[in-house]
Amino acid sequence: MSWTRKDLLAMRELEAGEIVLLVDTAASLQEIATRDIKKVPALRGKTVVNLFYESSTRTRTSFEIAGKWLSADVINFSASGSSTSKGESFVDTAKNIAAMSPDVVVVRHSSAGAAALLARELPCSIVNAGDGAHEHPTQALLDLLTIREKKGHFEGLHVAIVGDIAHSRVARSNIHGMRKLGMTVTVAGPPTLIPPFVQELGAKVSYRLEDAIGDVDVIMMLRLQQERMTAGLIPSVREYSRYWGLTLDKLARHARPDVLIMHPGPVNRGVELSPEVADGPYSVILDQVSRGVAVRMGVLLLLAGRKGGDGG
Amino acid sequence: MSLLIRNGRVVDPANAVDAVQDVLIADGKIARIGRSLAAPADVEVVDASGKIVCPGFIDMHVHLREPGYEYKETVATGTRAAAAGGFTAVCCMANTNPVNDNGAVTDYIRAKAKVEGAVRVYPIGAVTRGLRGEELAELAELAEAGCVAFSDDGKCVMNAGLYRRAMEYTLPFGAPLISHAEDATLSRGASMNEGVVSTETGLPGQPAAAEDVMVARDLLLAELTGAHVHIAHVSTAGAVRLIRDAKARGVRATAEVTPHHLVLTEEAVRSWDPNTKMVPPLRTKRDVEALIEALADGTVDCVATDHAPHALSEKEGEFDQAAFGIVGLETAVALLLDRLVRPGLLPLATLIARWSRDPARLLNLPGGTLGAGAAADVTILDPDAETTVTPSRFQSRSRNTPFGGWNLRGGPWMTLVEGKIVRRS
Repeated sequence: MSWTRKDLLAMRELEAGEIVLLVDTAASLQEIATRDIKKVPALRGKTVVNLFYESSTRTRTSFEIAGKWLSADVINFSASGSSTSKGESFVDTAKNIAAMSPDVVVVRHSSAGAAALLARELPCSIVNAGDGAHEHPTQALLDLLTIREKKGHFEGLHVAIVGDIAHSRVARSNIHGMRKLGMTVTVAGPPTLIPPFVQELGAKVSYRLEDAIGDVDVIMMLRLQQERMTAGLIPSVREYSRYWGLTLDKLARHARPDVLIMHPGPVNRGVELSPEVADGPYSVILDQVSRGVAVRMGVLLLLAGRKGGDGG
Repeated sequence: MSLLIRNGRVVDPANAVDAVQDVLIADGKIARIGRSLAAPADVEVVDASGKIVCPGFIDMHVHLREPGYEYKETVATGTRAAAAGGFTAVCCMANTNPVNDNGAVTDYIRAKAKVEGAVRVYPIGAVTRGLRGEELAELAELAEAGCVAFSDDGKCVMNAGLYRRAMEYTLPFGAPLISHAEDATLSRGASMNEGVVSTETGLPGQPAAAEDVMVARDLLLAELTGAHVHIAHVSTAGAVRLIRDAKARGVRATAEVTPHHLVLTEEAVRSWDPNTKMVPPLRTKRDVEALIEALADGTVDCVATDHAPHALSEKEGEFDQAAFGIVGLETAVALLLDRLVRPGLLPLATLIARWSRDPARLLNLPGGTLGAGAAADVTILDPDAETTVTPSRFQSRSRNTPFGGWNLRGGPWMTLVEGKIVRRS
């Protein structure tokens, strides 16, 4: 299988073979991180623009390092606040950047569909680095790479995704990706944080943490945003933490001994994860972060290398 | 000056006419209808063979944007769009700037319409001052100035006590309250219908219940007060059920549906096209089926476009930040002829009634009939016209439609207001 798409927008639109290609490519690039000189010339002369409309240290840095290790020129463009209220529109900003002929634009935006909008408007490749509550495909890919490394395969694995599914692009991308690779996904959280018809995406639903984590290979805990309380979705952080926070005690009593604990970060310690769990032996949270650089290298390589005659 | 429309199929539901006839117009009024009428001297003859001659279509729900938002639409451009779309009269909503919540604004709109309007314009007054939902607008003065109904359309009057008083206060005026039924606490922040598509796209959704609970409230208040409430842009199967039930109990309730809610579902939002974003949002296939059935059986009384022009810059960017609403005047008739009448989902005569006789009756407007002596407002349809929707050729100042590029069969052919041809294709 070879890569033919101009853009990486959503796990939903990928075929299983494409997902495996992305994960394999990332896996093959992982050893660069262990080198003394962390640079290969694959994308020399290519320009990657990180267009971030939402603050994000981890994802932006990860893309930046990925681009630099591949020898691309990486430019960071941060814009805060809503694009329409600040004069220049999102589309105008993007068109201006496109006029400077980048090869890849990595976009993070609070509006669902923003990456698709750019993909339609711009001739260069677009990577969706998170669009609203829609998708975050590179996060799902790095989760998959981490899982395969630890478990050796995808088929037949069962993953519980726990927390604010309704507002989570990570959950959506993972549900699509995992289902396509033959994995079982259970989403769990208080009903106010579970979106309607999520079963139609192929996920099972549980409203009890103890049930959800009982017989799974992976537990993926999601970050609880403080604003969910003001929106009346949960009564208090205290109550959420009591019923939905993952502690060593709950793990010991309900989970399998070989379970993996994942989290897309940043972790609210003491809310969805107790510190002992976050730092404990089950946790692969930092593995996820390092796999993130490899995944983003793979994505940039496949997209920027798609056209003939590249330097890589 | 007189005009003879020859050999058209005259469909006039108000007079139970459906036959090939000639229509003679004199002095702006329907003079006679009959077979092979003699042509008086100095008459202009229109050959309408193969065409369908109807009472002028009335669109009881449009936004003309003037005063205040002339960059989106004006009385002049909006009424030209209406004429092009086959409408002889439009009712314009009050959410202008300033809001049409006092007689002076109504006078302004009517004066503009008199000078620049291509078709008849009937203003709708606000229910509450500034559409703020806090205190009643000067409803008696609005009625006297010529408002044919009252609505805070675009916003829902959330205060049930205030809405009840509005219903009571307007009882003597013979003008209905038009309810924009949307519980704002259930729809807050929403960009689309809540359902499987909102879950997949991650766009915030509003449930059908946001509409249904408010429809239920307003029907109960109409029952309490004896007022006539008209439910704007019904979009859910649940609202249809509630209205059907209320009508059966004798509540003075009427309702309208938009063309886009009859032909599109929430699936269209997957395109991320901001022209699929409106309030109420596009719903599900089940809702669409219920709406078509309700339009056919009369539970829903009329079709109205909710023509909502917006500038390109307000409709081209991020979906959740785009403005709500689409233009409808220049696509409505062709859409429903092609998508409802042609496949046999709705009889032609029913569609014509829902666009002429029925809105005229429920708003007590002249028109809606081709009876002798009536004002000669006439819409002539060409059932065979093949068109491709081309937004760049719209008469409207705005282009925000999801139907660009659609190929449609059947459409408006000629529009006459008071005997004068205001548009021929």
